[in-house]
Amino acid sequence: MKVTAPAPGLDPGTSPSPDSTATSEFDLGLARDESQVDELLATLDSDLIGLVPVKTRIREIAALLLVEKLRTQAGLSAGPPSLHMSFTGNPGTGKTTIAQRMAEILHRLGYVRKGHLVAVTRDDLVGQFIGHTAPKTKEVLKRAMGGVLFIDEAYYLYRPENERDYGQEAIEILLQVMENQRDDLVVILAGYKDRMDRFFASNPGMSSRVAHHIDFPDYTADELEAIALLMLEQMQYRLSPTARPVMVEYIERRRARPNFANARSIRNALDRARLRQANRLLARSDPRLTRDDLMTIEAEDLRASRVFESADGAAEGAT
Amino acid sequence: MRITQGTFSFLPDLSDEQIRAQVDYCLEQHWAVSIEYTDDPHPRNTYWEMYGDPMFDLRDAAGVMVEMETARQTFPDHYIKLNAFDSTKGVESLRLSFIVNRPRAEPGFRLIRQESAGRAVHYSIQATATDRLAGERET
Repeated sequence: MKVTAPAPGLDPGTSPSPDSTATSEFDLGLARDESQVDELLATLDSDLIGLVPVKTRIREIAALLLVEKLRTQAGLSAGPPSLHMSFTGNPGTGKTTIAQRMAEILHRLGYVRKGHLVAVTRDDLVGQFIGHTAPKTKEVLKRAMGGVLFIDEAYYLYRPENERDYGQEAIEILLQVMENQRDDLVVILAGYKDRMDRFFASNPGMSSRVAHHIDFPDYTADELEAIALLMLEQMQYRLSPTARPVMVEYIERRRARPNFANARSIRNALDRARLRQANRLLARSDPRLTRDDLMTIEAEDLRASRVFESADGAAEGAT
Repeated sequence: MRITQGTFSFLPDLSDEQIRAQVDYCLEQHWAVSIEYTDDPHPRNTYWEMYGDPMFDLRDAAGVMVEMETARQTFPDHYIKLNAFDSTKGVESLRLSFIVNRPRAEPGFRLIRQESAGRAVHYSIQATATDRLAGERET
């Protein structure tokens, strides 16, 4: 950076040089507009219901990267921040979706060069015989470079009950790349909270290289209802007025059942409702349909769900 | 003797930066990049030894650069080339191939004259690096 020498004869106290560097303008607004990150964050807000802590953290990361960009322009350097993340939460809480968005955001902010997401599980990383794991893991890492590597159910990589398990080898290669090629890829580990905690506890090297631990909370009933409505809107369906309270009741009952997978359960329920709607339309005596008929999901389409019968059955059996 | 084979071979050697730009171009075209090495650069020696598998589905040059660097460290005194394979239906062929590593001193070729019937002479060339048997010249 250029520092102008004070003009001779001037009082050093009034010299313009320290001032001019201090007031040099770095336009945060401009950087913000250029990256179009606000737009992305806005769609994140509108497309995804709930997830407040997650969105807050994404905003923080976006802010950090923007400021870091300006700091680089100003000649200040702290090295690229470590952005490896861990997403923990129950199934269907939006971990994969957020990872996809994250890849896009990091790309817009210039942290990753290509911004694609490579989603893998243990099978893609760990080999089946000696010498198989390293090339396999490296191939996946090479594919993910320039983007984000999303490892779903990462704790399966570590199998403490079998000390000869090849997962450990995959972890070591992963660690090495996470450390040495931070500017080439971002690794996101995802899984259930308790198991991830145990995974990190037994792999301190991994834990110390993951800077951001983001916990995905379960959705509330209201959020699930909003999600259902949003999904229907995206699929160009709608609930009839009588179907709306049934949907609420459905969510209530479905949540109480085992294997409830948040938004994923809702999506499956809607898919089944579509199936029943199609069946109902086909069975109708009058084959002429209006656009409205094609779009509307009636209460009976939801009522037919197993959740309603077996919940009653269970109640009967319980008493 | 400087070997001139493949694209760019009459230019000065590409820097890593330039190689990265070439690879990025290849990946943008959805070509798969692979690495090959040899110490026998005979012009008819088309298929060199593969260094690892061809890298399919890459999006960024970083993966290729890492692999190329390990290839250079493993075979510092060999010729190493990058190939870009186009798997598009109807093409299925190399689009680009260039040398990224050369031996410090390139030994070049020897001219062999073979006299045959009627004092006719057949000429052939042989890389002097291949004077020793393959098993003996492994570095």
